[in-house]
Amino acid sequence: MKLIHAAALLTGLLLCCAGSAAAQETLRSERGNASIEEESKVNMFRPEADKESIPRNYARQPPLVPHSIRGYEVTQNFNKCMDCHSAERAEATRATRVGKSHYLTREDKKLPNISPRRYFCLQCHVPQFDAPPLVENVYKPAAKR
Amino acid sequence: METKKTLLARLGKLVPAWVGKLVPGWLKRVGPFAAVGLFAAGIVFWGGFNWALEMTNREEFCISCHEMKDNVFVEYQNTIHYTNRTGVRATCPDCHVPKEWGPKMWRKIQASNEVLHKILGTIDTREKFLAKRQRLAENEWRRFKATDSRPCRNCHNFNYMDYSMQGMRPAREHPKAFDEGKTCIDCHKGIAHQLPAVDQHIGRFNEGALEITHGDGAPEAGAGR
Repeated sequence: MKLIHAAALLTGLLLCCAGSAAAQETLRSERGNASIEEESKVNMFRPEADKESIPRNYARQPPLVPHSIRGYEVTQNFNKCMDCHSAERAEATRATRVGKSHYLTREDKKLPNISPRRYFCLQCHVPQFDAPPLVENVYKPAAKR
Repeated sequence: METKKTLLARLGKLVPAWVGKLVPGWLKRVGPFAAVGLFAAGIVFWGGFNWALEMTNREEFCISCHEMKDNVFVEYQNTIHYTNRTGVRATCPDCHVPKEWGPKMWRKIQASNEVLHKILGTIDTREKFLAKRQRLAENEWRRFKATDSRPCRNCHNFNYMDYSMQGMRPAREHPKAFDEGKTCIDCHKGIAHQLPAVDQHIGRFNEGALEITHGDGAPEAGAGR
């Protein structure tokens, strides 16, 4: 019985040491290896300049945001995107009108207003920055629309 | 040693007699020393008054109230008027207190009502503030609209806007809006603070909420329904 205890303790200790050693090797903070006193090198990506709408890369791609969205409020009270892109405002502002699909429920039932599940525009429609791609993208669309 | 009287008499002989006729009677009675003293006191009083007034025209003064510090100031910190590329800032009084003397005095007198509501605790919690937000926002929009957005125009003059330096959207919309006689606040609502609930026809959530206009009179949000 004593032997089993001792063996268990020993294994535990070994595992513990191995674990912490491995953790020390793989631990890498978001700041990189910069110590707390020095400033980490942060990549400052800039938003791309405003331009005309960016062509889609594949059918049914959510259109990208071709303009700065700095300071745009999307809260419970107000959605800045809808200030221009809503069906009522799109013509006057010459913005891309919100898609018909956005008026459907999950069950494809038509709604009089934009579906609340589409409220957070930036979940799918993203603004563009000058950040280089982290990996090469070899994706080829089957069809463009 | 000369007395005060003889000194004055000798000084009097130096100025022609007709000058004496121009001096008002009360000034002669109080005498030149008191007159100079009054003049100096006037400067001190006016300077002091102006100084005290300007002390209430600072960001630190505005956010010494938790109502301002915890609500509108926090929201303003996320905007371009708080922090930007060049560090040129528009603080609270730049937008909310007129620069011209007359309108400034009038706004300061009106602000005594705000002191009353501070004492009454009208918006002393976040919930109370949010409940009042629409009314407070509409008050401010009315002020801007009535003065053709004077606070904005203290810094932004559209005669000097270089459209080639603006983004595509402002370069397109600004000349159009100016031709239509619009003023800044017609489109630029909620640029320094968050907006009250606005009905934009998304779901049922904001039904019955405020409909904002873009300076065309009728609320636009309801136009194409």
